[in-house]
Amino acid sequence: MSLKIKALKKSLWVYHMSGGSCNNCDIEILACLDPRFDIERFGMTLVGSPRHADVLLCTGIINKKCVERVKEVYAQTAKPCVVVAIGACSCSGGIFRDGYQMGGPLDKLIPVDIYIPGCPPKPEAMIAGIVKLLEKLK
Amino acid sequence: MNAVHVLLYFIMSLAAFSVCGMMAMWVDRKVTARLQFRVGPPWYQNFADFAKLAGKETLIPGKASIFMFVFAPVIAVTAAAMCGAVLLLVFRTGFGFPGDVILLLYLLTVPSLAIILGGSSSGNVLASVGISREMKLLLGYELPFACALIIPAVRSGATTSLVEILRFQQANGITLGSISGVIGFLIAVFALQGKIGLVPFDLAEAEGELAGGAFIEYSGILLGLFKLAKAILLIVGPLFVVTLYFGGINFSSVTGVIAGILKYLLILVLFVLVKNTNPRLRIDQALKFYWGWMTLFGIIGILLAVKGL
Ligand code: SF4
Repeated sequence: MSLKIKALKKSLWVYHMSGGSCNNCDIEILACLDPRFDIERFGMTLVGSPRHADVLLCTGIINKKCVERVKEVYAQTAKPCVVVAIGACSCSGGIFRDGYQMGGPLDKLIPVDIYIPGCPPKPEAMIAGIVKLLEKLK
Repeated sequence: MNAVHVLLYFIMSLAAFSVCGMMAMWVDRKVTARLQFRVGPPWYQNFADFAKLAGKETLIPGKASIFMFVFAPVIAVTAAAMCGAVLLLVFRTGFGFPGDVILLLYLLTVPSLAIILGGSSSGNVLASVGISREMKLLLGYELPFACALIIPAVRSGATTSLVEILRFQQANGITLGSISGVIGFLIAVFALQGKIGLVPFDLAEAEGELAGGAFIEYSGILLGLFKLAKAILLIVGPLFVVTLYFGGINFSSVTGVIAGILKYLLILVLFVLVKNTNPRLRIDQALKFYWGWMTLFGIIGILLAVKGL
């Protein structure tokens, strides 16, 4: 394993992109940063700009207005980056799959590396997903 | 010393200050985490961050002016490390190098200017809001910071030479032992807080509303260099204050070095405490704070120093 990947695994900076979620998934993502779960232990922090990000967390069905934006943000992210689909919505469409504004699911638009289902997924589930991601990064 | 020596010396102090600065940044993050009842990152976190950023793709936005965009982080790191090199020369007084206060004042301004240059050359709207704030903040804290530098200079017999100020403190007790010294020290700490961009005054990179502000378009090693410049400033700024107010660091004995590190940590913990107990200010509040109270106290401090108090 090269130093590059080793350092990447120790310092994942996360950009959180909401593509029309009901906001519940977003709150659960923030719950990962609180004293109970504290993912900063593993070097993960939320960053404000996709240019700084290593991980793109997407929540929500990607609605029609967001389709172009999601592609744009993916293009703006510095590679190597991984894309994580959080919640039933961005994995498959969830309860909104037949909605008129459905533009996703996410993997129709950009390549997704891991899926974390749940409505919303618990912080534990997200951390389990991240552990799988770390195993995948080689 | 010939040119090669100077270059070697500079590279060595750059390396030393980078390592120390990243450790200082880790202390900051760890103490912050403990204050929030979290565990916090491991000690090698900032090194891992830097290594990762070095390995990532560096994107240059289409609208950017490439030369300025690439050179701004380099300028920031060079200037920050130069401050460190000057301070180290002052501590090891054998070279007969006077080390001027005004020189350091200039050098400490350069990283902020580099942030402004880099942000404005990136052609991003949010970055331009960030640099406009950085510019106002720069104007804001320079005034009280200058007051805080004048106080020890006046007290040690109107000299701007750092070595003279250190000698005076060795002979007559540290600057902090007087009323004007205490005032000046507090002003210097608040001004440095703005210079380094720690929380109550981090409006230039405001993660919440500006998404990184001036750094928004930076990625890869260029972003890493800016972070490195911040890390070096986090160690150089407090060291400068230690020189002016605490009698510097004595490198000739082990106890001197330990005392120096303790002095430094005292200031760092003060930074972290202020950072964790205050929300971010608006830019007009920050300016009012610096140009109002801080400058007023600064002028009072100078008057007291002239009276010899
Ligand atoms: S998966 Fe559930 S909680 Fe998450 S955005 Fe969709 S509806 Fe909301």
